Amino acid sequence: MTMTMTEQMLADEGCPAMTAKDYRSDVKPVWCPGCGDHGVLLALTKTLAELQLAPEKVSVVSGIGCSSRIPAYLNTYGFHGVHGRSLALATGLKVSRPDQTVLVAGGDGDGFSIGGNHFLHACRRNVDLTYIVMDNQLYGMTKGQASPTSAPDWEKGKLTPGGTGINPFHPLVVALASGANFIARVSGTNANGAVPILKEAIEHPGFSLVHVLSPCITYNREQLDWKKMVRPAPVEATNDPGRAARRLMTDDNLNLGVLYKGDRAPYQPDLRSRGVSVADLEAPFQV
Amino acid sequence: MLKQMEGSMAVAEAVALARPEVICAYPITPQTHIVEGLGEMVKSGQLENCEYINVESEFAALSVGIGSSAAGARTYTATASQGILFMAEAVYNASGMGLPIVMTVGNRAIGAPINIWNDQTDSMSMRDAGWIQLFCETNQEAVDVHIQAFKIAEKLSVPVMVCMDGFILTHAYERIDMPEQAQIDQFLPPFNPRQVLDPANPVSMGAMVGPEAFTEVRYLAHRRQMDALELIPQVAQEYAEIVGRDSGGLISTYKAEDAETLVISLGSVIGTIKDVIDQRREEGEKIGCVAIRSFRPFPIAEIRKACANAKRIVVLEKCFAVGMGGMVASNVRMALSTQPVPVYNVIAGLGGRPITQTSLHNLFNEAAADKLEGLHFLDLNQEVVERELERQRLDECSGSVAENILRDIGAVAASKV
Ligand SMILES: Cc1ncc(C[n+]2csc(CCOP(=O)(O)OP(=O)(O)O)c2C)c(N)n1
Repeated sequence: MTMTMTEQMLADEGCPAMTAKDYRSDVKPVWCPGCGDHGVLLALTKTLAELQLAPEKVSVVSGIGCSSRIPAYLNTYGFHGVHGRSLALATGLKVSRPDQTVLVAGGDGDGFSIGGNHFLHACRRNVDLTYIVMDNQLYGMTKGQASPTSAPDWEKGKLTPGGTGINPFHPLVVALASGANFIARVSGTNANGAVPILKEAIEHPGFSLVHVLSPCITYNREQLDWKKMVRPAPVEATNDPGRAARRLMTDDNLNLGVLYKGDRAPYQPDLRSRGVSVADLEAPFQV
Repeated sequence: MLKQMEGSMAVAEAVALARPEVICAYPITPQTHIVEGLGEMVKSGQLENCEYINVESEFAALSVGIGSSAAGARTYTATASQGILFMAEAVYNASGMGLPIVMTVGNRAIGAPINIWNDQTDSMSMRDAGWIQLFCETNQEAVDVHIQAFKIAEKLSVPVMVCMDGFILTHAYERIDMPEQAQIDQFLPPFNPRQVLDPANPVSMGAMVGPEAFTEVRYLAHRRQMDALELIPQVAQEYAEIVGRDSGGLISTYKAEDAETLVISLGSVIGTIKDVIDQRREEGEKIGCVAIRSFRPFPIAEIRKACANAKRIVVLEKCFAVGMGGMVASNVRMALSTQPVPVYNVIAGLGGRPITQTSLHNLFNEAAADKLEGLHFLDLNQEVVERELERQRLDECSGSVAENILRDIGAVAASKV
């Protein structure tokens, strides 16, 4: 496969390595002080630096929400789509440019309420995507309404008088049941701890879900406590869906680490049947 | 009772006065405050006997509403912009099934490019979906029209969309004269659904209709809207008798009788237009305006009558049919097709661009001299446009128009490479 200029430079000995800062754009985040999304941005840039991926080989696709602003803060390709459609969009991107490392990012509202159906089918399709969900258990951008992951008795959301009263959505269990190939949880308040897990998620073939506990202390101050409550998962990741199911079903949402690492073959787009190779697709972009 | 309050809260209180039984909505700026206000009223007990349902999207919101309305519950929802696009299938479904749901649209532009500010392209995208569409000039009108909307919807068994400009109305604090509950109880009887769930006579709703009857069903939907042309003024009259305020109706006019230049528009911009008209009247110009309050059904006869003596018509609209021009102007031109009067079409205020008095004066100067082109874009920055066109001429891969223009005007930094 042909290399882009940055890739060639990175391959050259003596060329200085990419640092985390090289992956940051000069756009200043809109996020509030104390928002967990700052940690995710930092962790992502560090992860990309560890992987030494050329920025033009990475695409970050998002929907709408505070968290979905993240592509603007990275120096990679970015796509800020409509609310809830990021996974579908990223699927199209990845199958037509399989050489790209495609990260999908957004919030719990974007991914689990309005985009919930795509979440099921993205897990099932198992395209090689890494889906990073910054879960703050509310809709931050529209000012603090309850989301599918809110506690049923959380009363502050103004569209749920007296709380949602319904069972929270459990994204990890749903992901497993739907066929996701890699399931992990990290904390937005511990960027360094998130780096190795994000790295593993990106490197693992197929659909990887990285659930981020990303506190929104503007609309739910109690989430300040998450930092103290999280802990490393007590056991190693399993590749056995049955065992993973039992673990995830009893999971209290606070275990960090890789929780499931499956070995399903990822979805492979059949480019040859269309008479084009990845090199053909890349040719017009050569510099 | 007189109160100083935010437009959204005023609408929430007005909706509560109509005693809705089911409310379901998904948040989207600039509509969110309305349904949040209603949520707080349910929580505090101020709004009783109302099921407030937490939903996962606009598509779900209106779909839940279709279910509850079909089951005979007075149903309310609200949305804006991307939200109404996402619920589009249900929008057509609700009207096709004749379900008298009332929905507020806090008018906002639609993307891409993403834009949260006001224009009216969102509700206009659904203008032909079979809903009645009422536009409000002020928050007082929004209060009154929402209450009237329930009556109109239920009498005809047609859903009604009440459109109010996002931010300009939804977020503005104004003095509101809120009707009393007793007045509204007198004005608006409990919902008596046309189609009832009756165990003695079970029905299956949502029948499949083939070519043998589809046209007739659609034609009857049109007939119902034609009936609305009579009902809407009648309901406004009944409201005025009980509440003592004139609002609603099909159109309203301002200094239109002897006007040579007649401006036609809808929504909150009418306020600015009236101010400009007053200033120009002082200079002796014969200018007036018509506010379209009901866009669907479209009040053809009233528009014709109002325009009968005008020398020129200027249709100013905050929406735009790409590849065609104005949506409102097309309708006005059709209404006036037998009247030999020039209709100038002005597209203004897209994506929240302010419509200033200065711009309107310049515009009306040109109109008065009959120098306006058929389709005019108010305050279009021709230089920016030319620069982008030149870029496209020079480079086949000139990139995204939105990003290029933002860079040109310095709104984002040029990329590092
Ligand atoms: C179709 C549609 N409906 C509603 C909205 C309004 N909206 C923007 S972001 C958002 C929710 C964001 O919540 P989440 O995805 O959890 O992200 P956060 O802001 O908390 O990071 C909503 C409802 C929209 N943009 N489009």
